[in-house]
Amino acid sequence: MPREEIDLRYQVPCLSILDEDGGFDDALAPEASDGLLRAMHRAMLLARRLDERMLKLQRQGRIGTFAPVSGQEAAQIGAMAALEDRDWFVPSFRESAAALWRGTPAKQLLLYNAGYNEGGAVPQDAHDLPIAIPVATQIPHAVGLAYAARYRGTGAVAITFFGDGATSEGDFHEAINFAGVFATPTIFLCQNNQWAISVPREHQTHARTLAQKALAYGVPGIQVDGNDVLAVLAATREAAARARAGDGPTMIECITYRLSLHTTADDPSKYRSDEEVEAWRRRDPIPRLQDHLKDRGLLADEDIDALEQEVAAEIDDAWSEAQAEMGRLDAPDVIFEHHYAELPPYLREQRDALRGPGQREED
Amino acid sequence: MAKRTMAQALNLALREEMDRDDGVILLGEDVGVDGGVFRVTEGLLDKFGEQRVMDTPLAEAAIVGVSIGMAVHGLKPVCEVQFSGFSYLAMHQIESHAARMRWRSRGRFPLSMVVRMPYGGGVRALEHHSESKEAFFAHTPGLKVVIPSGPRNARALLASAVRDPDPVIFMEPKRIYRAFREEVPDEPETLPIGESRSARDGDDLTLVAYGSMLRPTLEAAGRLAEEDGTEAEVIDLLTIAPLDDRRFTESARRTGRVVIVHEAQRSFGPGAEIVARLVEKSFWHLEAPVVRVTGYDVQVPYFAREGQYLPDVERIVTGAREALGHA
Repeated sequence: MPREEIDLRYQVPCLSILDEDGGFDDALAPEASDGLLRAMHRAMLLARRLDERMLKLQRQGRIGTFAPVSGQEAAQIGAMAALEDRDWFVPSFRESAAALWRGTPAKQLLLYNAGYNEGGAVPQDAHDLPIAIPVATQIPHAVGLAYAARYRGTGAVAITFFGDGATSEGDFHEAINFAGVFATPTIFLCQNNQWAISVPREHQTHARTLAQKALAYGVPGIQVDGNDVLAVLAATREAAARARAGDGPTMIECITYRLSLHTTADDPSKYRSDEEVEAWRRRDPIPRLQDHLKDRGLLADEDIDALEQEVAAEIDDAWSEAQAEMGRLDAPDVIFEHHYAELPPYLREQRDALRGPGQREED
Repeated sequence: MAKRTMAQALNLALREEMDRDDGVILLGEDVGVDGGVFRVTEGLLDKFGEQRVMDTPLAEAAIVGVSIGMAVHGLKPVCEVQFSGFSYLAMHQIESHAARMRWRSRGRFPLSMVVRMPYGGGVRALEHHSESKEAFFAHTPGLKVVIPSGPRNARALLASAVRDPDPVIFMEPKRIYRAFREEVPDEPETLPIGESRSARDGDDLTLVAYGSMLRPTLEAAGRLAEEDGTEAEVIDLLTIAPLDDRRFTESARRTGRVVIVHEAQRSFGPGAEIVARLVEKSFWHLEAPVVRVTGYDVQVPYFAREGQYLPDVERIVTGAREALGHA
């Protein structure tokens, strides 16, 4: 028996449409109306400004620990803008930009970050999962949702977000393998933001790209400039079209950067240089899109000023609403809610004990 | 009526629930073509097709995690973890998501799903194939833990578990899959989850058991009646969580003496919680210390010595006489 090579000929495409120097590839650009371009720009700006406000609120002790999104707005907004309301959104814990795009009010994010479970409530008609904190554990849910959507013939796809660190977790591998075997309409969107807290991307894996991990499971993987909202939009549209056509899952690796902290409990100066951060600031997705829209005559400086004011007012209102709601959320036994369809007897006894004497309720 | 083994009765329940609701999907390792390593899903692939009976890759976290996604969508997945000793590879999915999705989403995504797993010893199996870790799951709010003790209640409880609006960890005592047959009615039958039952009447002593320990406990009660003239009430828990403490605390108030039997390790096991409830609710009626006849706090030995570990009729009778010996 000879020793022969299996010629796999695997390739990972790498897509960039609007680069950091203003270069723009018309041929590759996805179809996007002026309205969509403006909406994406506004959503990215809102996410950034909310992030900045939340950081101040956290430093003032008014909200708790959260994971800032700054720098990753294009990866999230570009992906979500490619999808429809019926599609399923399965986030991890840094997807505030994507959640805002899906219609989650900023007030809800503030409430969540202020430590109230109510902030994670999902509206009845939304196809959005709540925040999932243990890294990579949400990924299999997107495979089950996609399988169910196909079984029920809804035509929906499921997208799940995760980071570079998550690709080292077993759940990522189990989920993408499962999706490959059953050809589920799932989009695996990796935000490779270069850092898993203090561990750099090159210590996460010896592989040259993260996208190539999909190839081992027979799933196409593509790398895109994650700070280029048009590239992310195009790649996600392509993945969604494949999924809807019955051709199975896709992994998209968005090359991006966490400009801010892992969470507000983190001090990145301990593990990365200012020079590195500055280099990535020059690739910031928001000015890049803003300049492009100005070049195309879709945005003028005075529009940007007006937009900034509008966004600031929206955040002010959201914080006022969140504070007002927190004032109303004072029932002592909310902690017993939503564990089971019906509260079991022993839990009822514990709730009554918390309520105190004379507060028993027969139900 | 037909006499069926527990494996056949469970198969009947799955068949009926799949007929009744096209949202019921089975998934797991070897559940399709092979019909499950204990043959519980035999014939279901042929009847319902591969969309509904999925032979999955060998990946417990994905099996449970994908089931969670299906349940979020409104399907009713019944997934199988081939042995409970491998459920730890999916523990984070069970604890961090199955138990919490309803709670985290404030009621938007209740998970109607079942995780089936064979548990317990007594079948001369390899390491990791003989343990009883129901306490792991019972300690987690949001989960229900159900353990049948024979063919008829296994069929009825599995049907209830599939229809239940909450995630159910359904632990099947592998030792009794084929150990005996029982009449199982032809028409569908359910049993309420969260309710124990009395398997034998008696006023002198209360024996609390579940799963594969029910039969030796009943046999021990028979011997106590025959040899000592002592009549024991035997309570079969059926549900471990949420624990139905009404029946055993009431029984304890009547008999004053309680023996708890389980094959799980003793410390922090279900028996510890049962003792706590007895102390909280029946303390002034107890006439003797509560006795626990359980697995020892050691790893379940390899099968040549598992008989030394597993409670048997002899140990239960001895435990009962100890409880009765206190004046």
